[in-house]
Amino acid sequence: MTMNSVLETSFADCHPASVPDYTPLAELRALQLRRLQSVVTRGFQNVEHFRNRLVERRLKPDDIRSLGDIALLPFTLKSDLRDTYPFGLFASPMKDVVRLHASSGTTGKPIVVSYTKEDIAVWTSVLVRSFAGCGLHQGDILQNAYGYGLFTGGLGAHYGAEALGAAVVPTSGGNADRQIMLMKDFGVTAICCTPTYFLHLIDRAAELGVNMKELPLRAGVFGAEPWTESMRRHIENNSNIEAFDIYGLSEIIGPGVGCECRRHQGLHIFEDHFYPEIVDPETGDPLPDGSEGELVLTTLSKQAMPMIRYRTRDITMIMTGQCECGRTMRRIGRIGRRSDDMLIIRGVNVFPSQVESVLLQIEGTLPNYQILLTREQGLDQMEVQVEVTPNMFNDKIGALQGLQSRIQSALDHVLGIRVRVALVEAHSLARSEGKAKRVIDRRTS
Amino acid sequence: MKIQQISLFIENKPGHITAPAQLLADEGIDLRSLYLADTEKFGIVRMIVSEWQKAAALLEAHGFVVKITEVLAVEVPDRPGGLAHLLSALDESGINIEYMYAFPYLCGGQAIMIFRFNDLDAGMERLQSAGINLLASDELLK
Repeated sequence: MTMNSVLETSFADCHPASVPDYTPLAELRALQLRRLQSVVTRGFQNVEHFRNRLVERRLKPDDIRSLGDIALLPFTLKSDLRDTYPFGLFASPMKDVVRLHASSGTTGKPIVVSYTKEDIAVWTSVLVRSFAGCGLHQGDILQNAYGYGLFTGGLGAHYGAEALGAAVVPTSGGNADRQIMLMKDFGVTAICCTPTYFLHLIDRAAELGVNMKELPLRAGVFGAEPWTESMRRHIENNSNIEAFDIYGLSEIIGPGVGCECRRHQGLHIFEDHFYPEIVDPETGDPLPDGSEGELVLTTLSKQAMPMIRYRTRDITMIMTGQCECGRTMRRIGRIGRRSDDMLIIRGVNVFPSQVESVLLQIEGTLPNYQILLTREQGLDQMEVQVEVTPNMFNDKIGALQGLQSRIQSALDHVLGIRVRVALVEAHSLARSEGKAKRVIDRRTS
Repeated sequence: MKIQQISLFIENKPGHITAPAQLLADEGIDLRSLYLADTEKFGIVRMIVSEWQKAAALLEAHGFVVKITEVLAVEVPDRPGGLAHLLSALDESGINIEYMYAFPYLCGGQAIMIFRFNDLDAGMERLQSAGINLLASDELLK
């Protein structure tokens, strides 16, 4: 079978929204260049922070004459979002913004992202393309167990699935027994959630005497945390579904930056909207396709909050060659690790520095602490162990319990997830060569 | 009249009380009273020892987090209603007992209880004016 005939078959089968997935390469590159020039101009005109960066480098939007010129542009870092909190990177006035989301920053404050109506339409379209690529269509019943709220996962997947024409069951996260009951009673055919949460649902269904293999459920679209091929095998063997990896991050748009197709050989990046590069995480130098490095993304069509060369800190590579499915969108490999110390816990981004900022705020000084990550019944658990200093110690139980719950509620507030706090004896936490070992990860994939 | 009590933070795990007890034993410090207030995860050991300064310095030198708290050693008449009578002296005073525990030795044939009040001076005054005997450190530890 020639590539052309595969391509024709794919076209015939594809959802109308998926047509851009097959844009001929020359046309795609020309579109990307036009959009890149437009987004750089937009950022230069409307975002002071970005304009200053270009001026420092004596760059003008006109200097971007080819896609390769993207390397002239400065990177955007997570700290840029923090430093301009809350609205400093917005390129649209608030009257044009229709949605705000927030996710964890590196310290106490979250980072804020915004969307115009057009941005929401683009976001919805890339999720339709993601779901369609997973073989979902009108008539599917999709249970959306991503959290609804400030987190982009829930609402992003919701509108995408509705636009596809699927019947959405917006369960949000939590309450596994009810998830399983609805899945069974409604005849749910597809589910969206974090892969670890689905592992938990598999285990819980078995305890409840529900045989997942006998349910109509046939596909799962899993993301918001890194997972592995062995987890995929475990999921598929224990539930008879086809498991897909979906990629995204709030800073760029949310879920739907990229997604696997049914070939499961990497995740197609929706390149007409998100331009991928791989750079050396140390030097920032661009690396050719096929080399492993840090993924850098530029939003080509975003209105409210364009991101130019955003450093994702996700380590992967852009795969060479075209996918057998016929899509021209380049693929990235599964994300295995990160170039910073960010932890992903139940799909939520957590930085040790956030924990530090909470402890500093409560204690005035930073006590020695450790983050212990475990997995119980498929769910990530985070415990923060804090060494009791003479300053903190009080000989009343109530005072210590009060301290413990103050730390806990401040952490819950800043991190947005439930955390356990344990007070431990001074000098009891491991230190390696004097430098404290902050994170113990006992989660097994 | 105030007694110096040593408090230690320990985790609620097997063996965690052994090390401080051994340290004191090795230095010949007499442990006159020990009371453990515990939660599921941690506990506070409260001790009255023969030489509190020496004991505190020793424990701190070994990395323990130590706190010295002043408490009262109160003589409790060893008869039915003895404690109730004593406590009634605090009625309507607004003084709160943060904790209390029994001292394991009799002093002068009397039972002794250790008290910690939210306002120690007010508690001391109130008990003394009700004619209740408070023991000084040397009486308690002799």
